[in-house]
Amino acid sequence: MKIYVCVKQVPDTETKVKVAEDGKSLDERDLTLILNPYCEFAVEEGLRIKEKLGGDVTLVTVGPDGAKAALRSGLAMGADSAIHLSADNARMADSFVIASLLAEQIKAGAPDLVLMGKKSVDTDMQAVPPMTAALLNLPIVTAVVEAEWNIDSAKLVREIEGGKERYEMAYPLIATIDKGLNEPRYASLKGIMQAKKKPIETKTVNLSGETLVIEKMSYPPVAQPGKIVGEGAAVAPELIRLLREEAKVIE
Amino acid sequence: MKDLLHFDELLSDDEKLIRQTASDFIRDELEPYIEIWFANGEFPQHLVKKMAELGFLGISLPEEFGGSAASPLMYGLIMEQLEYGDSGIRSFASVQNSLVNYPIWKYGSDKQKKYWLPRLAAGEVIGCFGLTEADFGSNPAGMRTRAQEYANHYILNGSKMWITNGSIADIAIVWAKLDGELRAFLVPTDTPGFSAREIKDKWSLRASVTSELVFEGCQIPKENILALAKGLKAPLSCLTQARFGIAWGALGAAKACLNAALNYAATRIQFDKPIGAFQLSQEKLVEIYSRLIQGELAAWRVAKLKEGALFDHNQVSFIKRNNVELARETAKSARSILGANGISAEYPIMRHLMNLESVYTYEGTHEIHTLILGKYLTGESAF
Repeated sequence: MKIYVCVKQVPDTETKVKVAEDGKSLDERDLTLILNPYCEFAVEEGLRIKEKLGGDVTLVTVGPDGAKAALRSGLAMGADSAIHLSADNARMADSFVIASLLAEQIKAGAPDLVLMGKKSVDTDMQAVPPMTAALLNLPIVTAVVEAEWNIDSAKLVREIEGGKERYEMAYPLIATIDKGLNEPRYASLKGIMQAKKKPIETKTVNLSGETLVIEKMSYPPVAQPGKIVGEGAAVAPELIRLLREEAKVIE
Repeated sequence: MKDLLHFDELLSDDEKLIRQTASDFIRDELEPYIEIWFANGEFPQHLVKKMAELGFLGISLPEEFGGSAASPLMYGLIMEQLEYGDSGIRSFASVQNSLVNYPIWKYGSDKQKKYWLPRLAAGEVIGCFGLTEADFGSNPAGMRTRAQEYANHYILNGSKMWITNGSIADIAIVWAKLDGELRAFLVPTDTPGFSAREIKDKWSLRASVTSELVFEGCQIPKENILALAKGLKAPLSCLTQARFGIAWGALGAAKACLNAALNYAATRIQFDKPIGAFQLSQEKLVEIYSRLIQGELAAWRVAKLKEGALFDHNQVSFIKRNNVELARETAKSARSILGANGISAEYPIMRHLMNLESVYTYEGTHEIHTLILGKYLTGESAF
């Protein structure tokens, strides 16, 4: 089984992001960058499939030079090789441009299976996987929460409003992985040392055709201080009235 | 904790990655339970296998012996993160790596290395290191434990005190005098005449096993001597390895205390503002932080030196003395920032403070390291 896992490097959700002086990008000086947690689920799933069915796992990312760290992290978990599509300004690039670059790479490599995270925790667009599938004319199941991988086909389950959708489909296919499908392994010391010897193929790409322009970034508004209506049961009616008429959170 | 001097820029991607793994491991596997283990005086022995799987029990060993051949800096970063959790778990790893793997690798025969090292790195075998005796701590040369040579074996008599992992060890590296010379013996703990008594009455390192070892006519096969270890220099070389890790571990304990104090100072409101907004709190926090980031840089420098020809045990005495002392002061100061809550087991500070009292004294007391550095500076030995 030839497996590609497309991954992205993102700011750690535990660090405070700062808008850079240009007002439209992130200040990366104090930013901790990590492998996107949903991509970690995808890498883990790829490794489990390899352990069950054999084959190899190749990571693919589009990102600036520093994005190699995310590839190293996946290689240390156990992936076999990595392809780095390198572009300086790729951090916030247009989903369609990223999808086009990934599609080109996937077409050239012709894997049986492509895994991705359900979404990246930075831009939260969930756009790249379906766009990639459309460009390649491949079937896609998004937000997979249960999976049974067999040699010729896969049984996949995704959660939908009020229920579950079940699929059985033949390869090649694309699947995006949701939280809960697996518990990603730690990158062990041995894995990290072995990853040094694993190949990362770097190709410089350009992001021409980019149509998405970020004009401005701003912080969310500061929450307004709460209001104490009073104490005890006597003020309950007033509280209900305020919640209904002022805050408009109940009907 | 903020990174004022951009320390992280001094680390490679791999170094950051192993620090992250160790940190995740501590967050997931230790932090939720440590206060209970500490209160009950339990060592989390189920974590031994997990640490082995992560490569934490054969960090510096060559790959042929089941190790990862990682750099001193990686070793240091792992120790730092383990002690961010608890000094007890770091002590376990220090002993296995620096006081058991290292002497076998450095002073053992090929046969001993091939047999023991892969098992130790895999966590199948737990080791301990018997140098200190009840009456000989800072002065190990005076030890009373004796080995006598016979045609086919040695006979070992004596006792050791304050031995980390003693009661859970499968193998003890025991230092004893043979014809007046200090030698090391691999003593399987099922050897008749060997006994270990756990020291339960202690208010420090409660999540770590500390024991007394007794040898009553233990018969040790000839092949169990570490042939190349002769004289006091040999155990001291092992201690240099362990002390290097302790200097890093202490940074971890200090960071845990500082982070607790920073969070508390930001959320504890007195006189209608967070206590972090008061000058006295700020002074304490700045003092802790300043010393901590200096200690971190010093530890980084020694880690780099340790790979080359300029490495010297005095450098390790310097960072062990400096960093453990700063960690102990950090814990005390952080405790005071938390006020009454500082003594509560809801926060890690008091536990770290109690642990650091041991760390301050073991592996060369603070005072002995002062004298080592005094000798380095003046050329005069005061001990």
